[in-house]
Amino acid sequence: MYVAVKGGERAIENAHRLLADKRRGDQNVPEVTLDQISEQLGLAVDRVMSEGSLYDRELAALAIKQARGDLIEAIFLVRAFRATLPRFGASEPVDTGAMRVQRRVSSTFKDIPGGQILGPTFDYTHRLLDSALAQGFVPEAPATADASTAPTPRVTDILGRDGLIESSPQAEDGASVGDLTREPLNFPADRDLRLQNLARGDEGFLLAMGYSTQRGYGRNHPFAGEIRFGEVEVEFLAEDVGFAVPLGSIELTECQMVNQFKGSATEAPCFTRGYGLAFGQSERKTMSMALVDRALRARELGEEALAPAQDEEFVMSHSDNVQATGFVEHLKLPHYVDFQSELGLLRKLRKEFTDAQAPGAMKEAAE
Amino acid sequence: MAVLAHAEAGEIAARLRDFVLPAHQDLRAPENGLVMLRGRVGGDGAPFNLGEATVSRAAVRLASGEVGFGYTLGRDGEKARLIALCDALGQSRDFGLAVERDVIAPLREQLMIRRKQAAAETAATKVDFYTMVRGEG
Repeated sequence: MYVAVKGGERAIENAHRLLADKRRGDQNVPEVTLDQISEQLGLAVDRVMSEGSLYDRELAALAIKQARGDLIEAIFLVRAFRATLPRFGASEPVDTGAMRVQRRVSSTFKDIPGGQILGPTFDYTHRLLDSALAQGFVPEAPATADASTAPTPRVTDILGRDGLIESSPQAEDGASVGDLTREPLNFPADRDLRLQNLARGDEGFLLAMGYSTQRGYGRNHPFAGEIRFGEVEVEFLAEDVGFAVPLGSIELTECQMVNQFKGSATEAPCFTRGYGLAFGQSERKTMSMALVDRALRARELGEEALAPAQDEEFVMSHSDNVQATGFVEHLKLPHYVDFQSELGLLRKLRKEFTDAQAPGAMKEAAE
Repeated sequence: MAVLAHAEAGEIAARLRDFVLPAHQDLRAPENGLVMLRGRVGGDGAPFNLGEATVSRAAVRLASGEVGFGYTLGRDGEKARLIALCDALGQSRDFGLAVERDVIAPLREQLMIRRKQAAAETAATKVDFYTMVRGEG
């Protein structure tokens, strides 16, 4: 238990002053700007937006700078900021099928309509440190080619036409969309709440959970049906305007995992699915999310749920790194009163133990 | 409206610079807030809440009565106000055509050029994988 303490104001103030100085580092080195963070550390910004659950590149860059590059601290700052603004409402659901794709790969079909597009990727790099990047590197202009105007349908839509894959669950009429930022979480949780939880969940945690399913703890035999990254338009039904207004576009990554098939006496066998969606270019995150989403469907699909990744209460209660870091790191705060009472009890128990070991006591016990 | 949401405040302001603007007032001063962004399960299923985005909004009324609304991602209140102003001007008989011709059309063209360039760069990374017969490799 944490009991409030008083005092230490001067030390705290000076510690924060020292932090500000350390954050700036050697002042002979130029200060990093928000534009530099946003442009050159773009994937860190994407992660802070995703897990901070707030799409705003500039704020995420500021948070990274303020947190000295500690991304979980940055995510915490972004979450705290979002609590200061009113919510105007919810957007129309984005259409990822109409995405202006910058990258789109399928490991299941090599000849997908619209083609395989590598885009800006670390895939197929040799993972050798490049000393040319250390200073003054000027990249070549990107190559260009004639862009096709052919649509790029989701791979799952193509499979769906032949009934080879289960269709996405549709909303019931008038059903509200669960929001875990407004309602406390109860179990069992529906798929909408699970996906919201996973979308803002810690990438490292989801990666480990997804990996555990691949290693046999709740195996679900996944293929990356499709991973796509690009821009989608956002529309918002503004009540004062009376129709859906365009807000601009955001970058998203989507992963469609195609998993082991299932059938029953009444339904023909078909592939099952897991889904991942996140802000920015977040492939590891969305792939992990899709694996875990599929694992969490064990109950719905009549599978034995024995592995950690299939346990929704375990996964959803531990996926949020702001909650997790809050509870772990609060151990640093003064626990003197609590500890004093433990110390008192321990001293008493030790005295009783010592007394029991004393020669007189031994004799007593023997009698 | 979609074109304006994709432009920068400075670009819109620059296009409006040559206009002799009619009298107008803020019906709603620029205000920042959040919109919860939604996705769909599997891309095409039931909606779910993905995460929020910052949004700025404003409303402007011309002296002649037209009311315009401005909404945009981000926290640039001036941009929201400029969008609202363009929306109001677009409805007015005196300015409707000029706003389309001198503000929106050129910004649309700029946007299309940027998108075309990005699409061409993306297209250069299109790949044809082919599978090899085992033992061939």
